[in-house]
Amino acid sequence: MILLRELLFPLIAVVAAFIVGGILILVIGDNPLQAYGLLFGSALSWPVGIGYTLFYATPLIFTGLAVLVAFRCGLLNIGAEGQLYIGAFATAWVGITLANLSPWLLIPLCFIAAILGGGVWGAIPGVLKARFGSHEVINTIMLNFIAVALLSYFTQYHYKTPGDPIMQTVPIGEGAHIARLGRFIPGLPEFIPLNLAFVLALICCGLVYLFLWRTKWGYELRATGTNPSAAEYGGISVRKQIIVAMTISGALAGMVGINEVLGYRYRYYDGFSDNYGFTGIAVALLGRNHPVGVIISALLFAILQRGGIPVDAFTEHVTKDIVQVLQGTIILFVAAEAFFRGPFAKFGLLNRSKV
Amino acid sequence: MLELRNITKRFGNVLANDKVNIVVKPGTIHAIVGENGAGKSTAMRIAYGFYKADEGEILVDGHVHDIETPHDAIALGIGMVHQHFMLVDTMTVAENIVLGAEPGSGIALDLVQASFEIRRLSEEFKLAVNPGSVIERLSVGQQQRVELMKALYRHARLLILDEPTAVLTPQEVEEFFSILRRMREQGKTVVIITHKLTEVLAISDEVTVMRDGRVVGRLQTKETNATELARLMVGREVLLRVEKTPAKTGSAELSVRNLSVTVRGGAKPVKDVSLEVRKGEILGIAGVEGNGQTELMEALAGLLSPSQLSGEIRIEDRDITQEGARLRRELGIAHIPEDRHRRGLLLEFDLAENSILGVHYRHPIVAYAGTFLDNGAIRRRAKEILEGFDVRPANPDLPARALSGGNQQKLIIGREFKVDPKLLLVVQPTRGVDIGAIEFIHRKLVGLRDSGCAVLLVSAELEEVMSLSDRLLIIHEGRIVGEVDPKVATIEEIGLLMTRGH
Repeated sequence: MILLRELLFPLIAVVAAFIVGGILILVIGDNPLQAYGLLFGSALSWPVGIGYTLFYATPLIFTGLAVLVAFRCGLLNIGAEGQLYIGAFATAWVGITLANLSPWLLIPLCFIAAILGGGVWGAIPGVLKARFGSHEVINTIMLNFIAVALLSYFTQYHYKTPGDPIMQTVPIGEGAHIARLGRFIPGLPEFIPLNLAFVLALICCGLVYLFLWRTKWGYELRATGTNPSAAEYGGISVRKQIIVAMTISGALAGMVGINEVLGYRYRYYDGFSDNYGFTGIAVALLGRNHPVGVIISALLFAILQRGGIPVDAFTEHVTKDIVQVLQGTIILFVAAEAFFRGPFAKFGLLNRSKV
Repeated sequence: MLELRNITKRFGNVLANDKVNIVVKPGTIHAIVGENGAGKSTAMRIAYGFYKADEGEILVDGHVHDIETPHDAIALGIGMVHQHFMLVDTMTVAENIVLGAEPGSGIALDLVQASFEIRRLSEEFKLAVNPGSVIERLSVGQQQRVELMKALYRHARLLILDEPTAVLTPQEVEEFFSILRRMREQGKTVVIITHKLTEVLAISDEVTVMRDGRVVGRLQTKETNATELARLMVGREVLLRVEKTPAKTGSAELSVRNLSVTVRGGAKPVKDVSLEVRKGEILGIAGVEGNGQTELMEALAGLLSPSQLSGEIRIEDRDITQEGARLRRELGIAHIPEDRHRRGLLLEFDLAENSILGVHYRHPIVAYAGTFLDNGAIRRRAKEILEGFDVRPANPDLPARALSGGNQQKLIIGREFKVDPKLLLVVQPTRGVDIGAIEFIHRKLVGLRDSGCAVLLVSAELEEVMSLSDRLLIIHEGRIVGEVDPKVATIEEIGLLMTRGH
């Protein structure tokens, strides 16, 4: 019953968005059913479509989880974008600097670098909020700019192959590469960059669930999120929870670097993120700030991203911008639902009618 | 004046009113009493056209009328003041009063004319309402008088007041009652919905008692008393006096020396307070609300930053002035806070999760590597609290938001009692709680005292602190201005200390 209720509104939002998108496609002059057929048909075709869809979903699961953890503590982390860049660069830096280490040592070190990099970048606005009360939304946005500019500088002047016209670092050591899933799954070609980071993302969903709902720390974090005054009354340090939540949030965002650097490009590529951090906000919102919801909505957004390409290619008029329209409309409907159910902060159950 | 005949109203499966008959005679003050959920407000909202009755009829001045909307009720001379005021904060008194009945023709708003009328009414009933004041600058008592004025301005002859005293201080209540008496003298009829028996006896001429959606008694106020009314309301004998044996006090559990609290902006809500609570006694603090009680209790519970405090707080021999809430809880301090929604509960969390707040990080709630919550232990604890303190419904999976105020309070009290406190800080333990539950809470508090716990009690209900406390301090403007023996002190004596400080 509760599950049904939780699913109902996101489902309505998605369906409504597809209806609006369909009308738009009609107005442009194509057949919406054909366009949607292309979209889902290609995104869910085995093996290439599904492979890419899952690959695209990986960073969104990480950033969706990042936003979720902060949100459960009552914080809005708009800085997943910056945190994932720092995480990616940190992991690349370890992969380059310690290139000759054995994989058994190098890969864990690279993982730790991604987690630490993102975590530190997330902890900064957490500390600022806990110590001085400055708002995390402002600080995370600012730190996004700082991260992007800082890493462009390092890439350009310190870690690029001299003469390379592309803004990317030198490659990481081979020992830092993590396996693509094509190696384990028959029929899935290895050129598809879907890699072990996807499995890691799913594991993280489980861990985040366990942490939030089964440990004392998760209890304290969520209590702070729903009512800081009551948390304080219960002997919980609100300041500490803010720092903890932002650090974990940043660390989860930083793990996008594992997918990107260790599993896909094998180097740091400047500006690689296709707004994963910001899409993560939508993923968490549509997923009702629950790890399972995050998986589902990350998959939906990945389907849209992957399926947009053939829609562009095989229809008369519709371009792949329709994907952006759909994403935007979904977010709009989800936000409208939040509006109907009271203030942004109350993402609980449906309000019970009082007799 | 007003008669409800066989009114029946259902909300879904709930029978809110079951063949309710109420007769309100003209020129009287008529009280409708009953516990929360007894159907008092529903019946009166039907009379005011807010709800439509499923069955039955409404008579005004002896004639049957169809009251479909509040407009119909107003046209018949019925006005209603709700528990939550319906005023626009940023507009003036006059603008609020004419809202919905704007004088003047067409576009022009004749506020001057309205202001004259408001002044005239204000003088007639001594409401002291200035038509030019902005609502947000007025006190709650003044805002309530604006609501009264709104009804009078619309020529109401019958005023229905829903729990009008819930928001008022004792002084304001007195003032408010004299206004009601003046209205009666001027020929108005008043219906007052309440669950406070002292007020019923003080103000009304006739009483209708409701329980579980039915009328269970119609009485002349002169011929009844609080015990009889309470029995009718609850359906069984209720002890209104707290029964307790003399306190067997031990050594000091809490000692406070020269405690002052400074808040942002430099104000000092608590000034140089010294007190001692001994094991096995209830120390009461009486005072008009807003005289530093809130800050004092928060300071003792460890909810203020140590930098805001000066002086010394000791629990037994240990100085805890610098310590936070967690350590104080570990030393045996439990706290039933003033604001149960803001402080006491996680409204979105379920009852099981709420029942462990404060002990959520300790054995036996935390098992497995000192990290993971033991769901079995949580549910056992929740069950014990819900059953032991009669929280209804006793379903640990419900969010705390779904409980009524009284049951939320019982949940908090149960949770705080469960830790076997050495010192219990209690603020307003029975605010907004039904009579039956009040009796229950009082018995529990006395029982805790008898088991040797030190209890520090703050309440704005003078009768409550007087009957529960073994010793009583009076606080005024943040200072302790006197100590009285509650067994011999009079309300007048305490009232003077509370309001004047000497």
